[in-house]
Amino acid sequence: MTEVEVDMELDCSGQSCPLPVLKTKKAMDNMESGQILRMVSTDPGAVSDMDAWTKHTGNELVASDVAGPEYVFYMRKK
Amino acid sequence: MSEQAPKKMAIIASKGTLDWAYPPFILASTAAAMGMEVKIFFTFYGLPLLKRDLKPAVSPLGNPSMPMKMPFGPKFFQGINWPIPNLVTSNVPGFETVATGLMKKTFKNKGVATIGELRDMCLEFDVELIGCQMTMDVFGFELGEFIEGVNIGGAATFLEFAAEADIQLFV
Repeated sequence: MTEVEVDMELDCSGQSCPLPVLKTKKAMDNMESGQILRMVSTDPGAVSDMDAWTKHTGNELVASDVAGPEYVFYMRKK
Repeated sequence: MSEQAPKKMAIIASKGTLDWAYPPFILASTAAAMGMEVKIFFTFYGLPLLKRDLKPAVSPLGNPSMPMKMPFGPKFFQGINWPIPNLVTSNVPGFETVATGLMKKTFKNKGVATIGELRDMCLEFDVELIGCQMTMDVFGFELGEFIEGVNIGGAATFLEFAAEADIQLFV
């Protein structure tokens, strides 16, 4: 497990594309710059999608556990 | 990326069945979540997707690629692809209603958002929804039938935005 200090948690278990991305964006909107969101997804597509989303939006994918069946993403708001 | 002007995406939504309603709303909501400026132009059969009373249906008729599977029962049963001939899909009253119900149930089981949820997300993320005036006139739609926030326009309205857009899609 990755050790990161987390400011907000988001559980997207059981949700398909594009919900993990949309809910991550909504959660991030309510966070301060520099804070870390921990998002959990069971969608294998989220591995590639969260990478793309963070790259495009400028938020930072600090760490991720992508062994499955739960995929965990730690993202820092820019 | 973020310091530059936001990317733009222009989509034409021309189909209103349950299956084809997904691509424009999925792509638009996701693009907006990625910080893009998005406009969807709803024309012809896509126009009813703007109605308050959202009732997209799906038909297996003339669509041999559509899997007909049951969203309940044991796993092996759910895996069966039922070969239903056009003779049945076209002649049995209510078959489309059944097929639509099965697809909605399958989507729900798999954690897929409903069209209504994705449309709400689009509005929340400031995606501009444009209804085609000509289609409204032809099919007899009133602005009052549509959800709040819909703008009305024509081909030139779409093209002005599309000409500047980084992504243009026809669905």
